[in-house]
Amino acid sequence: MEFFNTMQPVGYALAILLLPLLAFCFNAFTYRTGFTRRHGHRVPVLAIFVALLLSLSLFDKVILDHGQEGFTWSSVEKGFYWNVVDLGTNALQIKAGVLIDNLTVVMLVVVTLVSFLVHVYSIGYMHGDARFPRFFAFLALFSFSMLGLVLTDNLLVLFCFWELVGFCSYLLIGFWFEQDEPPKASVKAFMVNRFGDVGFLIGILIVYQMFGTLDVGELKTAVGFHNATGLADGQLLTLAGLLLFCGPMAKSAQFPMHVWLPDAMAGPTPVSALIHAATMVAAGVYMVGRMYYFFTPPVLMFIAAIGTMTAIIAASIGLVHNNIKKVLAYSTCSQLGYMMLALGVGGFGAGLFHLYTHAFFKACLFLGAGSVIHAVHTEDLRRMGGLQHKLPITYRTFMVATLALAGVPFFSGAFSKEMIIEHAILWGMHGSFAHWLPAIIACFGAVLTLFYMMRLIHLTFWGEPRDHHAYEHAHESPATMTVPLLVLAFLSFVSVGWPIPFVGGHKLPELLAAPAPARYVTELFGEHAEHHASSWLVGLVFLISLVILAVGWTLFTAVYRKRQPAPEWWVAKFHWGYDLLSGLYYIDEMYQATIVRGGNFVCSLFRVIDVHGVDFMVNFVGTLGQFLAKLQGVFDRVVVDGLVDLWWHLSQGMSKRLRRIQTGNVQDYLAFAVGGMVLVFLTFWFLNP
Amino acid sequence: MSISHYVFISTALFVLGVFTMVARRNAIYVLMGAELIVNAAALNFVAFWRHKGAEMTQMSGQMFTIFIIILAAAEAAVALGIILQIYHHFPNIDVTGPKSLSQ
Repeated sequence: MEFFNTMQPVGYALAILLLPLLAFCFNAFTYRTGFTRRHGHRVPVLAIFVALLLSLSLFDKVILDHGQEGFTWSSVEKGFYWNVVDLGTNALQIKAGVLIDNLTVVMLVVVTLVSFLVHVYSIGYMHGDARFPRFFAFLALFSFSMLGLVLTDNLLVLFCFWELVGFCSYLLIGFWFEQDEPPKASVKAFMVNRFGDVGFLIGILIVYQMFGTLDVGELKTAVGFHNATGLADGQLLTLAGLLLFCGPMAKSAQFPMHVWLPDAMAGPTPVSALIHAATMVAAGVYMVGRMYYFFTPPVLMFIAAIGTMTAIIAASIGLVHNNIKKVLAYSTCSQLGYMMLALGVGGFGAGLFHLYTHAFFKACLFLGAGSVIHAVHTEDLRRMGGLQHKLPITYRTFMVATLALAGVPFFSGAFSKEMIIEHAILWGMHGSFAHWLPAIIACFGAVLTLFYMMRLIHLTFWGEPRDHHAYEHAHESPATMTVPLLVLAFLSFVSVGWPIPFVGGHKLPELLAAPAPARYVTELFGEHAEHHASSWLVGLVFLISLVILAVGWTLFTAVYRKRQPAPEWWVAKFHWGYDLLSGLYYIDEMYQATIVRGGNFVCSLFRVIDVHGVDFMVNFVGTLGQFLAKLQGVFDRVVVDGLVDLWWHLSQGMSKRLRRIQTGNVQDYLAFAVGGMVLVFLTFWFLNP
Repeated sequence: MSISHYVFISTALFVLGVFTMVARRNAIYVLMGAELIVNAAALNFVAFWRHKGAEMTQMSGQMFTIFIIILAAAEAAVALGIILQIYHHFPNIDVTGPKSLSQ
C-alpha cells in the first residue's frame, strides 16, 4: 500500500493503459499454446480487472483529494511526456503526455468497469467458439485503445487512438467473418468512420496552423487568449470546430453518418454492448467534452441541431424494427443524439452525465438481449414472447435497465435525462422560437423512447410465446452472464445523481462540470450565466418527465395491451410512414445512389488512368530495359569478349610464328647469335658515335 | 701499316668463318669454319699487340696466339668426338640431322 500511496498519477495512468495491451500481446503471441486455447480468457480478464481496481483507486485519490475544485494533472507540465514528432527545431514538435482530471477519471472508471463486465460476460457467451482466445485479444486491444483515447492530452495522439478504436471495432464486428453480414458491416463501419475522420484530421491541421500546438491544455489557454484580445478569426475557429466535429459525428453515429451502427449489430452481442453502447460511440461525446472550450456558438448550435435530429430520427426508426439488437442500436443512436444535444445547448455536465448513466443501462440492455439470443437462438422479435418466466434474471435486469432508459424517477437515467431537458429549456428561454426545438423534440423523443422500449419488452418477455419450439428450449444463462447483468442493473438503479458518500457527498454531475470552461456558455446565455438550474425549473422538468411517462405508457397500453387500436391497424393506416421507417428513411439507398456510385465512378476513371497511363509507362520501361539489355549484351560479346579474344589471338599467333625460330638446327642458332651481336655493336656504334 | 688493315683482314676472316659455319651442311666444313673464326681472333690479338705503341718486350700477343692454337686443337678434338657420335645415330654427318631441340 505504501507503493500505491507514493505512486504518481501518471504511474496509475500508464499501468491502466498498458495492462490491456500486454494482455492482447500475450493472447496474440501465445495464440497456439494449449493454455491460451483452453483458458484464453484468463489473462485479459485479469488484466482488465487490475486496471479497474487501479482506475477506482485513482478516482478515489483524485476526487477525494480535490473534489469539486477541479483537479488537473497534466504530465506535460510535470515533466513526463513523449516527443511524438521532433524534427530537432522548434518548428514541429509534438509532445504527447497524460492528462488526468475529473473527466478523465470518470471515463476511466466507466470504460474499465463496462469492459470488465463484458469480458466476464463473454466467457459465457463466446464459450465454445472456435476463435475464443482471439476474441479476448481483440477485446483487450480495444480496451487499450479506448483508455489511450481517454488519457491522452494531445489531439494528434487522440486521433491515433481514435483510428485504433475504429480498427478494433472493425475486427470485432467482423469477428464471424465466415458469415455474409459481418464482413460487409465491419467494412461499412470502418468506411463511414473514416469519412468523418477526414474532416477531423483537416480540423486538427487547421488547429495546428492557427495555434501551433496540439496540446489540449495549451489550446485551452490559447483559445481563451485568442478571444479575449478579440482577434476575430472567429470564422476560421468556427470552421475548425465544425471539421473537428465531423469525427464525433461519424464515431458517435450522429444523423448523416449513423448508418453503420445498426449494421454493426452483426457482430457478437458483447461487442455491441462494449463498443456500440458504452464506450466507442461515447468516444465522440468525450472528445466534444474535452475540446468543449474550442467550439464557438455557431458550432455548438450545429452540434445541438445534429443531436436533436439524431435523437428523433433514430427513435422513430426504433419503433418498427423486428430485430431486438437493431432496436437497441437505434436506441443507442437516439441517446447519443441526446448527449450531443445536451452538449450543444451548454449542458456540459448533463451531457457527460448522461454518457455515464447510458453506458451502464445500455450495456445492461445489450447483454440482456444477448442472454435472450443465447436462450432462443434467434434475434427476431416475432419469434419471441413470454420469456419472463423462462429467463427470470434476464427479465428483471432488462426491466430495470429499461426503466432507467425511459427516465422513470429514482433511476439513474431519469436524473441525466431531466438535466438535459433542463438545459434545453434554459437554452430555449434565451432565444427565438427555434431555440425551443431541442427541448420540445427531446420531450417527444422521450415519449417515443418509452414506447419502443415497452414494445420491445412486450414482444420479448410478456404475452404468449409465438415460437413454441424456441420457447421450450429456452433456459436461463449461466452465472458468468447473469452476474454482469445484475451488476449493471444495480448501477442503473443506484445512479450517481445521488450524493456519493465516499467522495465527500459531491454529486457526480457537479464533479464532471467542475473543470468545464464556461466561456462559451456565458456567451450563449448572455447575462444569464447560470448553468445550474434553479429549483423551480427542476420541479417543472420533473413534472414534464412524469407527463412524458404517462403519455408514453398510455399510448403503449392502448396499442399493445388493449389492442385498441391494434398495431396492425396503425401499420395499415399509416403504411407510408411504416414503410418510410422500415426503410430507415432510405438513407442507405441515398448513400448508395450518390456516394457509392460516385466513388465507383471515380474508381473507374482511375482505373483507366492506371491501365493506359501507368501500366503503359511501366511496360514501356520494361521494354526499354530489355532493349538496353540486349544492346549491352552485344557490347559485352563484341567488345569485351573481343578484347579478351584479341589477347589470346595475339599470343597464339606470335607464339606460332616465334616457334619457328627454334628449328633445331644449330647453324641457325649460330646465325641468330652472330646477327644479334652485330645489332648490338651497331646500336652502341650509333649511340656513342 | 695501320692497325685497321689487320683488323679488316681479321674481320673478313671472321665473317667468312661465320658464313662457313652457318651455310655448310657437312660437319667437317663447319669445323673448318670454326678454325677460321678462331684464327681471326688470334690475328686480332697479334694486330693489337703489334700496334699498341708501348713496350714490345712482353710477348703477350704471340703468347696468346699459342694458347689460342692449343685451344683450337682441343676444341677440334672434342668436335670430332661429337661428330663421331652424330655418325652413330645418323647415316651421315649432316648437321641438319639432329633436330631434337626443335618442337
